[in-house]
Amino acid sequence: MILAKTGNEALAYAMKQINPDVVAAYPITPSTEIVQIFSQYVNDGLVDSEFVAVESEHSAMAACIGSAASGCRTMTATASQGLALMHEMLFIAGGLRLPIVMPIASRSISSPLNIHGDHSDSFASRDSGWLQFFCESVQEGYDTLIQAVKIAERASLPAIVAVDGFILSHCMERLEAFDDAKVRGWLGKWKPNWNLLDYRRPILVGPATMQDYYFEFKRTQIEGMNRVLPIIEEVQADFAREFGRGYGVIEEYRTEDAEAVVLLMGSACGTMREAVDALRAEGKKVGMVKLRVFRPLPHPVLKQALARFKTVAVMDRVDAVNSYGGPLFTETTSLLYDLAQRPKVLSYVYGLGGKEFTPLDAAAVLEGALAGRKDEPVTYVGVR
Amino acid sequence: MAKLKSWQELPCGAIIEDPKAVLDNKTGAWRSERPVWDREKCIQCLTCWVYCPDAAIVVQDGKMTGINYDYCKGCGICAAACPKKVQAIAMEGERK
Repeated sequence: MILAKTGNEALAYAMKQINPDVVAAYPITPSTEIVQIFSQYVNDGLVDSEFVAVESEHSAMAACIGSAASGCRTMTATASQGLALMHEMLFIAGGLRLPIVMPIASRSISSPLNIHGDHSDSFASRDSGWLQFFCESVQEGYDTLIQAVKIAERASLPAIVAVDGFILSHCMERLEAFDDAKVRGWLGKWKPNWNLLDYRRPILVGPATMQDYYFEFKRTQIEGMNRVLPIIEEVQADFAREFGRGYGVIEEYRTEDAEAVVLLMGSACGTMREAVDALRAEGKKVGMVKLRVFRPLPHPVLKQALARFKTVAVMDRVDAVNSYGGPLFTETTSLLYDLAQRPKVLSYVYGLGGKEFTPLDAAAVLEGALAGRKDEPVTYVGVR
Repeated sequence: MAKLKSWQELPCGAIIEDPKAVLDNKTGAWRSERPVWDREKCIQCLTCWVYCPDAAIVVQDGKMTGINYDYCKGCGICAAACPKKVQAIAMEGERK
């Protein structure tokens, strides 16, 4: 079915088709509509979900944790300050290995107050033990949210699916939507490893551990994240067979004989495609590597993909404030450091607070990458 | 003390599969005040047993028989919950 939907509408529509047991959420710009539209589905009886209107994002995540610990397929949505307010709860969901799935409409974090799109919110949650997917388009957001439910449940890890605030959350695009029944059939029922309410098998959830066991439990959680990559690849392949659209954890665009490539995530990939095409038309050997999955960072795939280029410009839509480059940049340089022959890697920070990132800006980054310029640790794109 | 498990032996999500394992951790040492129960005053309403957030009120054959100081953390809820006319539980400073 072909529909015209904004990012928020498409994500809410995917949630309707996923039909989670419980949704506990609190509104915040720019993700408000996801929850608002979903609550309408609840009101209209189009889903079987229990909707819990809570008093804050902290409570939203707390309710989600209780729900998922009781074996319920659980979702919520948020952004920016809301994700920040959930912060301590995110770690608990991660540590308890609860596959809560949460679309977010990525937004900057105050101060100064700004409601527009950048990746500050999800990056601030980087180490909370959640899977993180970044989407280029409304279609990809819809597809990824459906995939994320299956991935999260198989991996026993919670998942964030990020679309850029306003740029995607409020932008209407063509959406190829599937049948409700097909989505529900593909997802099947979640079979949790344990269930707090199962009186036949009483367990204790959320214990205190001291020096004797905390590190060991964290090690199991790290291993859980280490083992997700094949699960993602398996689910993506399964999704492609069922629904006819294939995704990888990365996507290479016109990289065949490229000398310089740009590595980036999210909606700016669309802009970058335009710029790559324009420079290719001038005979310049440039390309793009789009990263779809930031957690787990697909180490072997990304390393292998980037190793063959002369220069890699890494673009972050977030700054790590005095780190030696943006956060994706530092992860990339770490990844490539032990190669005998490694590309030159440049750090570009762009688009904070939704600052426009134009095809001309994108072309300038590509030109900079071709020239291999590196005057300063970080180049701030478009800052006056 | 039992041999500590390696990380590979631990359950996913840090759940405790044997809830009785909590009995191994005697948490009463946290206490700075202790509830002292007066058997003579007690009317056996079991309100303290209902309110105790741990399981430190010992009940045998339907009767309150004392306080388990291995697990009582001295929160004082039992003393506060004991009916005003009865006051069978009083909090006293913990003597170490």
